[in-house]
Amino acid sequence: MKKVTVFLLLVSINLISLKLVSAQSKNEVLISNATVMTAAKGTLVNTDILIKDGKITRIGKNLKASSNAQTIDGTGKFVTPGIIDCHSHTMMDAVNEFSYSVTSMTRIRDVLNPTDIAIYRGLAGGVTAANLLHGSANAIGGQNSTVKFKYGKPVEDFVISDAPPGIKFALGENPKRTNFNPTPGAVPRYPRTRMGVMEVIRDAFVRARDYKKEWDEFRAKKSNVQPRRDLELEPLVEVIEGKRLVHAHGYRSDEHLNLLLIADEFGFKVATLQHALEAYKIAPEIAKRGTGASIFADSWSYKLEAYDSIPYNGYILWKNGVNVSINSDSNERMRRLNLDAAKMMKYGGVPEEDSLKMITLNPAKQLGIDKRTGSIEVGKDADIVIWTAHPFSVYARPEITMIEGEVYFDRGKDLTRRAELQKERETLEKLDVNRPPGSGGTPPARPSEYRQEDLDEADGGNH
Amino acid sequence: MKLRITNYELRIMKSVLNLCFSVIICGLISSVFAQSDGSQQNQTGRAGTFAITNARIVTVSGAVIENGTVVISNGKIAAVGANVSVPGGAEIIDAKGLSVYPGMIDAGTNMGLAEIGGGAPATIDVAETGDINSNAKAITAINPHSSHVNVTRVNGITTVLSIPQGGIISGQAAVINLNGSTQAELAIVPTFGLVINFPRIALGGGGFNPFAQAAPIDFSEAVKRRDQRIEDLKKLFRDAENYAKAQDAYAKDKNLPAPPVDLKMAALAPYARGEKPIIFTAERERDIRGAARFVADTKVKGIIMGGQEAWKAADELKKNNIAVIYTNIHNLPVRDDDAYDFLFEAPAKLQQAGVKFCISTGDGGAEVRDLPYHAGLASAYGLSKDEALKSVTLYPAQILGLGNQLGSIDQGKIANIVVTDGDILEPRTNIKYLFINGRLLPLTSRHTELYESFKDRK
Repeated sequence: MKKVTVFLLLVSINLISLKLVSAQSKNEVLISNATVMTAAKGTLVNTDILIKDGKITRIGKNLKASSNAQTIDGTGKFVTPGIIDCHSHTMMDAVNEFSYSVTSMTRIRDVLNPTDIAIYRGLAGGVTAANLLHGSANAIGGQNSTVKFKYGKPVEDFVISDAPPGIKFALGENPKRTNFNPTPGAVPRYPRTRMGVMEVIRDAFVRARDYKKEWDEFRAKKSNVQPRRDLELEPLVEVIEGKRLVHAHGYRSDEHLNLLLIADEFGFKVATLQHALEAYKIAPEIAKRGTGASIFADSWSYKLEAYDSIPYNGYILWKNGVNVSINSDSNERMRRLNLDAAKMMKYGGVPEEDSLKMITLNPAKQLGIDKRTGSIEVGKDADIVIWTAHPFSVYARPEITMIEGEVYFDRGKDLTRRAELQKERETLEKLDVNRPPGSGGTPPARPSEYRQEDLDEADGGNH
Repeated sequence: MKLRITNYELRIMKSVLNLCFSVIICGLISSVFAQSDGSQQNQTGRAGTFAITNARIVTVSGAVIENGTVVISNGKIAAVGANVSVPGGAEIIDAKGLSVYPGMIDAGTNMGLAEIGGGAPATIDVAETGDINSNAKAITAINPHSSHVNVTRVNGITTVLSIPQGGIISGQAAVINLNGSTQAELAIVPTFGLVINFPRIALGGGGFNPFAQAAPIDFSEAVKRRDQRIEDLKKLFRDAENYAKAQDAYAKDKNLPAPPVDLKMAALAPYARGEKPIIFTAERERDIRGAARFVADTKVKGIIMGGQEAWKAADELKKNNIAVIYTNIHNLPVRDDDAYDFLFEAPAKLQQAGVKFCISTGDGGAEVRDLPYHAGLASAYGLSKDEALKSVTLYPAQILGLGNQLGSIDQGKIANIVVTDGDILEPRTNIKYLFINGRLLPLTSRHTELYESFKDRK
């Protein structure tokens, strides 16, 4: 009995200390008198947002915060939800497992690098969350990781724990390795045609269906032999069961439509068509199935299958009722997704809020995280960007980017820290280990951008 | 079906025109401003006398005229001002609520040389093989019918510099207007400048494939190798000057033995003599300073293209009268510890340092239409809105030696004019009218055509 009391006491002390820690790390924040673009319920002028424990608790006028709350004057500023990039390879130490045509057993979660500077640069462009996808070298690629850009935190904090799992598929030039130079003498990998790509996917789902049946029978006690776990097929069973989201890279409309037909055949839904630069040609078919499209705003002509891409793609899909998101697939482009969204108003004429949704609420829905993020609404995570001007203006610049009420980018602080960093750099450069190679020192590490670029090249320049 | 036949006929017409071009190229170079009527081909628009009235005129060279008229006649800006009378017979465009801008100029593209980046090598004519290609001329490979041309101009970009790349001396870049059925019709300056990828200090190592890496070398060795390549380049320049001297002597006195023709030397000579500008691609401070010293030593005319760290070498750039075509807005800082906006704020720093500069996409062709947003982003990070606009209009015109003909709305200039419903640098702004060489162009492109084909599909 005594033991139990001591134990309970310890537990309660732990709980109190935990509570204290969380109260310290998640301060109350009041953003006052800003133009708030909610991406759900219109644009509110001269409006305050109150944030407690990382959540948006109130939106309105003349809100009061407690005395120790952090206050941010939003006068003259625009506030939007954090941008969500629905196709990214940021903070990934590897992109493609090239070897097999089906690599569903691989996990992006295993190669996350939380120190990638591209994360910070993304934050400085207003990005707070991303869909980190396996590359497009395989008809069925690896498992994705949906993260928030909590730069400076341990890697496990990045992963959105309640985001539904996903998987990458890829069609067309990339899985058939059009841009890939094989090692001389090596046996070419199947498939080499669009015909083969479709059969690889069909074959994988036939095997997954059989595998699922074995487990169903075992669980129903119709069989006494427990099936051997198959890490390749397990994720595909989850796809069939609607527990795992399919993000399917592709360009030509015919092959995306063929994938939708395979999905019909096996009774699953494709969550997003990725890139989908010709999706405007099959917008009604996509809309009918409730599949989303995650597109580039206006990239085109960079490869043969991107030659029919048009900047009106987003508008036509939107008009047909398809959930459209605009992604970057690039550490560079990620920093200006706001301007990509603005282009949706120019090309065809998507209304302002629906354009904004294409980089906020829509990708949140596509990733199954819209209950917690993607818009400025009471009860949602305080993933918020404060801009110097209307975010669709080319003259606008993020001033503050916060995730769950915590500031991860603050331009003012960034500017004041530069002199300090310069000093640190000079000190470090004087150290023996950092002297230039010509004077006997070891060569400096290569910048991460080059690392990623090299991975891109090995993938024929495409993800 | 009817459309297809029209296109087919058009293709035949175009190939005939190309054939004619190859026969009469020499004659045409002297008359690059001459325009055929071309009225049968609606893509090249129509000529005429136009008066854009009630417009807000952003002249760029002077103050904004809040309510004025621009008259276009014979391909030129005939008049501009608040109290300009409309000539009889002019086609009037009422631009109430609209703004008039000079067409934007991108001084760093591969326009017409690269249609489809991946999977279609047959459409790429950017880089010739070999290191020395002074005689390679972009104007002879630019495809006037590239779909990039229309896609770019309907966003308000009317003139570009199209450059060859690759090797050490890549070839000669062309200044073209984005309208015309033949290369000669496109050309403003067919052989504007020579592109040289300035030898860099390369340390080797790195790369994804460990077997394909250059062996890492130490810094002093890398400097030595770079210096050797620069010496080789200088020797080549001296050879070209000597070649030209021999040719000049022979031209004066035919009794001298005829020196053999060397196309590469002949092409190099005017650049080695400092008669025409050389565009040096260089990004890092040490390479930019290297190029500036090369300019000083050889007394050539120099321009830097790229220019990530050009502001750090402002002293030597100014001393040697070297302008910068800055192509790095849509690019990532090279070092992890560079400020996140290092490349965004570089144009503001160039401007503050008093270096002549312009902003370019540095793009192959497809995304040249983003030029205004490059300038706009530079403005979000320190460049004034005025300077940002100049950096894609008047400044590139001046750097391309066309300050008297392009880049602003002034009487006598080529009528490359864009009428918009807002700030031309903003992505939400729409282009309402477009003139190149005074021709009113339809706002159609491969993209609007595909849009029209599919927008109502049920």
